[in-house]
Amino acid sequence: MMLSLIVFLIAFPLIIALILGAVRKSSIYPVVIYPASVILMIASLGLIWHGAKAKASLFPAHTNWVEPTILIIEILIAVYLLLLAFKRKDMVVTGFVLVQTALLLAFHYGPGKEMHVAANLFMDQFSVLMGLIVGVIGGLIAVYAVGYMQDFHHHHHEVKDNRPQFFSLIFVFLSAMFGFCFSNNLFWMFLFWEITTVCSFLLIRYKQDEQSIANAFWALRWNLLGGLAFLVGIIFLYLNTHVAEMDKMLLLPKMLILLPVSLLCFAGMTKSAQLPFSSWLVGAMVAPTPVSALLHSSTMVKAGVYLVLRFASVLEGTTVGLLVAMVGGVTFLVASFICISQNDAKKVLAYSTIANLGLVILCAGIGSPEAVWAGMLLIVFHAISKGLLFLCVGSVENQTGSRQIEDMSGLVVRMPKVAVMIMIGIAGMFLAPFGMLISKWVVLRAVILVNPLISFLLIFGSAATLFFWVKWLGKVIMVEREYKTNESTVVKAQWLVLGSLAAMTILICAFFAPVAGFLVEPYIANIYHQVVSLGSGNMIIVAIMLTMVCMFPLTFLDYGKGVKVVDAYLGGANTGNKSMQFLGSLRDVKDMDMKNYYLQDYFSEARLMRLGVLVGILFVIAVVLIGAI
Amino acid sequence: MSLFTAILYVVLAPLVGGLISGLDRKISARMQGRIGPPILQPFYDVGKLFKKENLVVRRSQNMFMTFFVILSVFTGALFFAGGDLLLVIFALTLAGVFFVLGGYKSSSPYSFIGAQRETLQMMSYEPAIIIVAVAMFMVTGSFQVKDIVSYPRPLIMDLPGVFIAFLFILPIKFRKSPFDLATSHHAHQEIVKGITTEFSGRTLALIEIAHWYEYVFVLGVGYLFFANSVWVGLLMTFLIFELLLIIDNATARVRWQWMLVGSWGMAFLAGGVNIIFLMMRGYP
Repeated sequence: MMLSLIVFLIAFPLIIALILGAVRKSSIYPVVIYPASVILMIASLGLIWHGAKAKASLFPAHTNWVEPTILIIEILIAVYLLLLAFKRKDMVVTGFVLVQTALLLAFHYGPGKEMHVAANLFMDQFSVLMGLIVGVIGGLIAVYAVGYMQDFHHHHHEVKDNRPQFFSLIFVFLSAMFGFCFSNNLFWMFLFWEITTVCSFLLIRYKQDEQSIANAFWALRWNLLGGLAFLVGIIFLYLNTHVAEMDKMLLLPKMLILLPVSLLCFAGMTKSAQLPFSSWLVGAMVAPTPVSALLHSSTMVKAGVYLVLRFASVLEGTTVGLLVAMVGGVTFLVASFICISQNDAKKVLAYSTIANLGLVILCAGIGSPEAVWAGMLLIVFHAISKGLLFLCVGSVENQTGSRQIEDMSGLVVRMPKVAVMIMIGIAGMFLAPFGMLISKWVVLRAVILVNPLISFLLIFGSAATLFFWVKWLGKVIMVEREYKTNESTVVKAQWLVLGSLAAMTILICAFFAPVAGFLVEPYIANIYHQVVSLGSGNMIIVAIMLTMVCMFPLTFLDYGKGVKVVDAYLGGANTGNKSMQFLGSLRDVKDMDMKNYYLQDYFSEARLMRLGVLVGILFVIAVVLIGAI
Repeated sequence: MSLFTAILYVVLAPLVGGLISGLDRKISARMQGRIGPPILQPFYDVGKLFKKENLVVRRSQNMFMTFFVILSVFTGALFFAGGDLLLVIFALTLAGVFFVLGGYKSSSPYSFIGAQRETLQMMSYEPAIIIVAVAMFMVTGSFQVKDIVSYPRPLIMDLPGVFIAFLFILPIKFRKSPFDLATSHHAHQEIVKGITTEFSGRTLALIEIAHWYEYVFVLGVGYLFFANSVWVGLLMTFLIFELLLIIDNATARVRWQWMLVGSWGMAFLAGGVNIIFLMMRGYP
C-alpha cells in the first residue's frame, strides 16, 4: 500500500511533466496544473498514515528494467550536459561530467556488477516529513507559478516564452525530490540528486540572457562537484563494506563509514550552498521567483541538509561532526551579517536561506537528540515561511516592478493583503513565539551542552537576523505619502496559495507539538532511544505569547479613535504635500525622504564573502581530510 | 518565585520604576550642582501626559506601542515568576520589536532615525544578554530564574567577565549616555525625541510606564549576579544603578559604531574568556 503511494508520488508528476511538455498550449496550464497539484498534496498527506508506525518500512521494489533504465537516464543526462558545456566552452563542467560518467560506468561494469540491494525504497518519519514538505509546499508553489509566469511574460517581452519546458521541469523536479526522499539504495539516491541538479540548472537559465546562463553554469559547477563527492563516497562505501543501502550503512560501525559520511556531508553542503559554495545560490536568484521559492529555498536545497541530518547520529561526538557544525555555524553567522547590507529583497531571502540551512547543518554536526529535533523542525518552519516570503516578493515585483526593500515603503497601503502576508512571513522567520525562533532556542540549548563556544556563532548571528528583518518590516508598514491600493496582478488561485502558506505559518506554531510528537520524536526515539521535548511549562508560555501576538489585529477595532491626526515634525515648517515637504532655512521647499541603514562599512557583502569563503574552504577540506584519517 | 511574585511585579514595578526614575533625576541634578525636581516628579509628568491630547501622524501608530507596553509587562512578569531566562529574552525582543515598529509606523524622519537606532541598540545588547543566560546556565545547570536565584554561591564569583559585558550594555537598556542613541531623557532632547517624537498624551505616558517596568526588570537581571543573599543583592543592585548614573553624567553620546563594536567586543571578549574558564572547569 505504502509502496504504491511512493511509486505514485514519483510517477504521477512525471506523467504530468510529459503532458505539459507535449501539449504546447497556454490554456492547459490551469486545467492540468491545478488539479495535479491538488492530487499531489492529497497524496502526500496520505504519507501521514505511515507516521504512526514505529519503525522504518523497507520495500524491495525489484524489477529487471529499473537498473538499466537508471544507467540510461544517467548517460543521457551526461550527454546533454556535455553538449551544453561544450557549446559554452565550460571546461570545469565538462571535466566534472566526464569524470562522473567514467566513474559510474567503471563501477557499474566492474565491482558493482554483483551488487545486490535488499531494499531499494524505504520510508520512515523523516522521509515522510520531507515528502510532506515537497508535496504540500511544492504543490502550492506550482499552483502559484501558473499565474506568476503569465504575468512574468506579460512584463518581460524580451524573454522567450518557454513555459512548457518550465512547468514540465517543475514537475520532473518534484518527482525527483520524492524519489530522493524515499530511496534507500544510495545509487538511486544519487540519480535523483543529479536530476534535481539538472532541473535547477535548466530553470536558472530560463531567461536565457547572459547573466542567467552564466549563473546557471556557476550553480551547475558546484552541484556537480557535490555530485562527484556523493558518487565517490558511495562507491568507496560499497568497495569497503559491500553496502549500498542507507539503512544498512547507518548500522555499520562509525569508524568504517566516516569517510563516506564526510564525503556525503560535503555533497550536502554544496547542495545546501554552505560556505564556501554559497555564491551559486545567490546567483540562482536570477530565476523566476517560483523557482527560487521551490528549488532554492523550500525543497531542493533542503535535500542537502536532509542528507547531512540523516548522518547526525554518526557525526555526534566526532571531530568530523564538530567541523561540520563549524561550517554550518560560520555560514549562519556570515550569511546573516551579509543580509544587513542587502537592499534586494530576493538577495536578503537568499542569504537568509543560506544562513538557516547553516543552522540545520550545525544541528546535524552537533548530532545530539535535541539538535536533531531542532534541525528537523527548522526544515519544516523554514520551508513554509520562506516559501511564503519568496512568493510575496514575487507578487510585489510583478505589481510594482521592483523588488528593492527601499521601494516597499507604504506597501501596507499599496498592497495591504500581500503586506500582511509578508509581515506574517517575516515574523515566522525571527520572532518569538513563531517556529524558527522556537527551534533556534532548542539549537542554542543543544549547542551549549556540547560546546558553548560554538553558541557564539549562533548568538551574534541571531542579533544580525533581528536587525535586517526589523528594518524590512518597518519599511513595509511605514506610510510616507498617499498611495493608491492596487493588487490586481495577484489572481484568485495565488491568493489561495499565499493565504494557505500564511495560515500554515501561524498554525504550525500553534500545533507544532503534535507535529513534533507524531513525526519528529518517534524518529529520534528510533535512533537515539531517547525522548526529547520542550517541557510543558515552556510550551504553555509559548502558547500564551502566540495568543497575545495573534490578538494584534484586534487593536484595529480601536483604529483612529480618540486621536487627532497632525503632520509629522520635519524640522521646518511643513508645506505643500502633507508631512512630505518642508521649508528649509532659506525658505526653499525641501522634500523628505527616508532610507534604511545598511551599515555597508561593517557588513559589506564582498568583504564578508571573501572571509567566509576562506574559512569555509579550510573547514570543508578539514571535514574530508579528517574523515579520511 | 511563582505567580505571586509575578503579580507583585505587575503591581509594584511601575511604582518602583517611577521612584528609580525620580531618584535618577535628583541624583543627576546633584551631580551637576542643581537642586533637581522632587523625587515624585516622574509621576506628576506621567499624570499630566494622561490629560493631554493624543496627537498622531498615522492612525495605527499607537497600537504598536500598546503592544510594546503589554509585552514589556509580560517580559518582566515572566522573569519575576521564575521562568526560563532565554524565553524572557525572546519576550523582551518581541516587545522591543513592537516599540521599533511603532517608531517606523509614525513615518516621520526623526522617529524613523530613532527607530533604526533603537534596532541597532537591540542588535548591540542582545548577544551580551544571551551570554548572561548561557553563562548562568553553565554554572547553575538551569535556565529557570527560580533555580538561578536559589544557587548557593554568588554568581558574580564565577561570572566576572560576563558581569562586565552586562554592565557595558546596561546604559543601552536604560537609554543613558553614552548609548542613548535612539531616545534620551536629557533636557536638550525633550522636544525632538528620536523614536518617540510623534507620540504624545496617553500613549507617551504608557511608553514611559513601560520603561519603568523595563528598569525594574533589567535591574532584576543585575540582581541575579548577587542573588544568594537578598540584602547584598539589593545593595549591589543599587550600586549598579548608581554607577549607571555616574557614567551617564560623565560621558557624552557616542556614535553607533562605537556602541556596536564596543558592546559586541565586550560580549565576545569578556564573556568569551569567562565562558572558556567555565568550560575548563567543567560544567553540568
